[in-house]
Amino acid sequence: MTTTQPSPRAAERDITFNLLKNLTLREIRAEYKRTALGRVWSLINPLAQIAVYSLVFGLILRVAVAPGENSGIEFFPAWIGVGVIVWGFISGSISAGMGSLMSNAGLLTKVYFPRWVLVVSTVLAKASTFATELLVLLVIMLVIGGPAVLLYAALLIPLLVLTCVFALGIALLLSVASVYFRDLQHLWTILAQVWMYASGVMFSVDIVRGAQEAIEAENGVSLPLVTLFQLNPAERFLSAYRDVLYDFTVPGIDVWLQLIAWSAISLIIGSLVFRKLARNIVEEI
Amino acid sequence: MGEPAVSVDHVSKHFRVYSDRNQSLKATVLSGRRAKYQSFQALKDVDFEVPQGTTFGLLGRNGSGKSTLLKCMARILNPNSGSITTRGRVAAMLEVGSGFHPELSGRENVYLNGSILGMSRQEIDRKFDQIVDFSGVEQFIDQPVKNYSSGMYVRLGFAVSIHVEPDVLLVDEVLAVGDMEFQDKCLDKFAQFRDEGRTVVVVSHGVEQMRSFCDQAAWLDHGTLQAIGEASDIVDRYSDVGHGAEEAAGGGKRYGTGEIRIDDIHLLDADGQPIESAPTGSAVALRLRYTANQRVERPVFGVSLATAGGKHLWSYDGLAAGAVPDSVDVGSGSLDIRIDRLALMPDLFDVNADVKDHHKTRTFDALERSLRFQVTSGSPRAAGGSMVLDASMTMPRAER
Ligand SMILES: Nc1ncnc2c1ncn2[C@@H]1O[C@H](COP(=O)(O)OP(=O)(O)OP(=O)(O)O)[C@@H](O)[C@H]1O
Ligand SMILES: [Mg+2]
Repeated sequence: MTTTQPSPRAAERDITFNLLKNLTLREIRAEYKRTALGRVWSLINPLAQIAVYSLVFGLILRVAVAPGENSGIEFFPAWIGVGVIVWGFISGSISAGMGSLMSNAGLLTKVYFPRWVLVVSTVLAKASTFATELLVLLVIMLVIGGPAVLLYAALLIPLLVLTCVFALGIALLLSVASVYFRDLQHLWTILAQVWMYASGVMFSVDIVRGAQEAIEAENGVSLPLVTLFQLNPAERFLSAYRDVLYDFTVPGIDVWLQLIAWSAISLIIGSLVFRKLARNIVEEI
Repeated sequence: MGEPAVSVDHVSKHFRVYSDRNQSLKATVLSGRRAKYQSFQALKDVDFEVPQGTTFGLLGRNGSGKSTLLKCMARILNPNSGSITTRGRVAAMLEVGSGFHPELSGRENVYLNGSILGMSRQEIDRKFDQIVDFSGVEQFIDQPVKNYSSGMYVRLGFAVSIHVEPDVLLVDEVLAVGDMEFQDKCLDKFAQFRDEGRTVVVVSHGVEQMRSFCDQAAWLDHGTLQAIGEASDIVDRYSDVGHGAEEAAGGGKRYGTGEIRIDDIHLLDADGQPIESAPTGSAVALRLRYTANQRVERPVFGVSLATAGGKHLWSYDGLAAGAVPDSVDVGSGSLDIRIDRLALMPDLFDVNADVKDHHKTRTFDALERSLRFQVTSGSPRAAGGSMVLDASMTMPRAER
């Protein structure tokens, strides 16, 4: 019946790929199933967040941000919007990926397939929403900052890939770890809060620099606050996206190198731990 | 035959059983190590092979490790020691609706489930109609599966897993949920699989079903392999132990609660003389002698006939005959079951007898294979098979 039989390895790879595609589609489809607004929710959520943050930090607390370098944009919601959406993806995909093994316990205990597929498909599903959000941001920036943003739009693709890899590594690590230690789920919610503030979603590095200088002036001690702030990979990602979407510039080579390094470290550690711990996961679930 | 489809090589599996299920960081941090656990051995050095092209049954009591073994075969669990090798594509149908997503429609789930089981999109496209047809849920295929009944769930799930055309199909107790029509469909499918040289491994508590469609069987008890061999042998041995059967004095096995005992069964000829063989077509009777140890209301006596090979041919009892006494008193007695024409082909046959309460839920006594008799040639005649019917054949006529 069959004419040419592909090698078992290639066949297995095709099957895994196909499965990955279907699981990703499942995640995407199931998320807004039976809601009146459907996928529109994926835009309403960040918009509402942007509105609240703009109100609190822009209007009331008067957080100042420099106008966009090449774009000349002076619109706080646009600045905070980039942060909110990028951070939303990083934290959202990590926590969804982290829970993906436990929420698919039914699948894991009944069928065999490479277990990482679940985590990857969850992150990919989030990435597809993130990509739409980025497109919307791009259009907004185009309207308020002019067509120059289109010159840099292509940079969003490698940025998106790196962000996915980075989030995936952490999600892989946390997904198996949280099967063994259920507390991690709750711990993560707290950590994510702290991490969000540390990543400068609502304030820029200028404010941190200001604080560092103020401390030095008042107490004479020099704390390397800016360096510490920039050691945070999420902050690096946010600033790279802001370079492209708010300032209309190319992120510096140092930023790219840092992003690549962070993503590589995250993925390597994540997949090593995952490979070690995922073997007996079914019994613990 | 040749190479085994599944070889289970000295497999042991133990689970960690946590005394307080304390999977928390606190416990880890406080005690400096993982929470305390005990090791529970679910499989102990299980070693056997499933030949290719057989329908293979796994028997055993609840918790004896059948599902665990099946999961090891399906690579869902990893054995702690030993190894399992399977040849070809393996599909497992382990429980209801494996991998169904409740919010998605039946159609979407078929695609999703198919790809989980290793089918490509084109393959699913090609087989989609067959799958839906087999499952019999056409009308509901575009509804979310959470609205399905549990039988529908199983039907659809099972339909997908058999259309994967696996070389080895692992099935765990899913048949029980389907209705009769569907069970028949599944058994047909198993037979077809066997003809195509595919292997099916089934776990089921339906021992009679097992007897009829499995070629071979293995019996697990407390994680150890008790016996492996011809399905009917293993089923017999398993159900004997399950019923607490003991060897009966006159040969055969007996089990039951003992309010009434069946002492023996005899085959009688038309004159009431005990015989050991009878010709086809002759009038015979089966005489059951019993002893009641206490007064029993409405006991139902019954007999059944099987070939010496174990194939069940006929059962007859007080309910079918309209011969249920209001009660039997303490003491001995007998009853006859008259057979006007012994419609059996020459061969060896076994007779089983039992006596149950009138709901047929409680077996007072059952005597298995305590009488074996020979049917010799007589009339009418037949060309083959186990039974003879009153049949005739006309001469061939040419049609105009
Ligand atoms: N994940 C697990 N963790 C701890 N113990 C387990 C786990 N899975 C199974 N067991 C234990 O292993 C033993 C065998 O279970 P298994 O499910 O294989 O039984 P079974 O033969 O399929 O029984 P049944 O006829 O009821 O389906 C049981 O005692 C069960 O408690
Ligand atoms: Mg079981």
